[in-house]
Amino acid sequence: MTMSTTQHSTTDNDLVRLEHVSKRFGPVEPLKDINLRVGHGEVLGLLGNNGAGKSTLMKILCGFHPASDGTMYFEGKPVNLRSVTHARQLGIDCVYQDLALVNELNVYHNMFLQREPVHGGPLGILNNKRMKADAERHLADMGVNIPSVDVEIAKLSGGQRQAIAVARSVYSNARLLLLDEPTAAMGAKEGAMILNVIKRLRERGDVSVIIIAHNYAQIFDVCDRINLLREGEIVFDRATSDTSVQELTDIVVNEYRAATEAEA
Amino acid sequence: MATSSSDSTAGLASRLGGLALRRREASIFIAGCLLVIYFQITTDVFVSGANVSTLVQYAGATAVLAAGEVMVLICGELDLSIGMVYALSPFLMFYANEAGVPMALAIILALAGAGVVGLINGLVTTWLKLPSFVTTLGMLFLINGFTLVISGGFPVQPQAGEIFTAVMGGSATAMVIWAVLIAVILQFVLTRTRWGLHTIAIGGNLSGATEAGIKVKTLKIRNFMLCSMLAGFGGILDTFRIGSIDPLAGGNEIMFMAIASAVIGGTLLTGGVGTIIGALFGAIVLAILKDGFTLSGVSAYTFDMILGAAILVTMTINVHLNQLREKGRV
Repeated sequence: MTMSTTQHSTTDNDLVRLEHVSKRFGPVEPLKDINLRVGHGEVLGLLGNNGAGKSTLMKILCGFHPASDGTMYFEGKPVNLRSVTHARQLGIDCVYQDLALVNELNVYHNMFLQREPVHGGPLGILNNKRMKADAERHLADMGVNIPSVDVEIAKLSGGQRQAIAVARSVYSNARLLLLDEPTAAMGAKEGAMILNVIKRLRERGDVSVIIIAHNYAQIFDVCDRINLLREGEIVFDRATSDTSVQELTDIVVNEYRAATEAEA
Repeated sequence: MATSSSDSTAGLASRLGGLALRRREASIFIAGCLLVIYFQITTDVFVSGANVSTLVQYAGATAVLAAGEVMVLICGELDLSIGMVYALSPFLMFYANEAGVPMALAIILALAGAGVVGLINGLVTTWLKLPSFVTTLGMLFLINGFTLVISGGFPVQPQAGEIFTAVMGGSATAMVIWAVLIAVILQFVLTRTRWGLHTIAIGGNLSGATEAGIKVKTLKIRNFMLCSMLAGFGGILDTFRIGSIDPLAGGNEIMFMAIASAVIGGTLLTGGVGTIIGALFGAIVLAILKDGFTLSGVSAYTFDMILGAAILVTMTINVHLNQLREKGRV
């Protein structure tokens, strides 16, 4: 790749690092030779056309697919993710707004699902008071605005649900959050709520984030660094401060032209 | 004066209406109250000691079965075998007692036997991945045949002391206490414990619950076992109420009544939503209908038509109310 500006430093500062990772499904090779790193507390934006391999990459990172080749390092040590559960035990959590939450339960029961504080005893009587107080405090910390933690998830908007799903992952000690188009199908105001939550996380600096998005303005707003994926390879890796929306647009437009010319 | 009293009546009615819309149990409770008023006016003897004990006869065991069924329904499954377990477990109790086991222990053994049926229902459904409709339909026939084989098709009379018989369902008061106690305890389990919370989570969002790390199979099996044991217990309560054990008792009629009680009480067959107290009210309302129509001289055939229509009407209202609730309009 001649125009590759990929520059991966292999410092121990990285929370997660992928080296020469590829993925094959039979004859198809959606990921060819991925070298990717995310620092502690860093927010990385992942851009690329449909079919560039973004979602496959996310699925490898969250333990859903095993990589065909290459090595993944977590906090400097090589790891072989066996499952989504294994990844989550390490602190790698993929957040899906509608897959994770239970519509029939209220906000604080969702926040604590499977980690509910109980009064003890074999019955496991729920400590609702504590859950409620902790959920309120934690959501306020994250800048998530909802009318009350008592309401059922079903009554909240898509943006509120996504924000709660993110807050829940952070609360369960996630170290790396994977967000696949968190603002897709959302109005500007809804999207802004999610972006604010990500900004808060960035300020706190204890959670790293990889975010897939199509909206460049949003990516520039919240990300520390940007990676561009094309045909299963990372062809661009720069700090947000060292590039611009214009540069990225130019790359994508040139790519498109090259592709259509080749087609012709 | 007349205006102000009609205003306050209207105010009360709209408050009650609002409550009925928000609380799942409330609509069926109000329906029950209206039915009691209607039958008291039309028959004059509806609210009387003798009739209340008839109501208890109709509602008692059904409410106990419905309570267990609600737990299974909430986690997204269905148990069709409860009516047959209701018939089987009194026989288990009887034969254990015949073999020299004291009656109290015989009851515990019978409940353990019912629990084994639930365990099999749960294992087949979760590990062999059969739909619970199919699993428990098979179990329904299997248990029915088994009961007929061990009993030879003949009823038997259990022998127990007078007080023991009264406590185990022989007296109407005891029956009421059992039904209410079980409903209150299970409602507590459903709304205040991890067991209940996880049951709702499994029925509401199976993949989300699995992702969160909830042991889905274990919990479903546990609910199937609870449901079967309560069905067995309902059968034992009715045994002492009636004084004999009939291999043809209960069966599919009580199973459908229990499921109908759960459903008109506000439990959804699709899982994730349900209330045990609502099912108790549901069982009482069905009993009020049956008893009221009997007192009014309506035939059993007509009763079935009315019951069918009542289920269709209440469920139509329920489904649409739920849609409104979810949209936050009420």
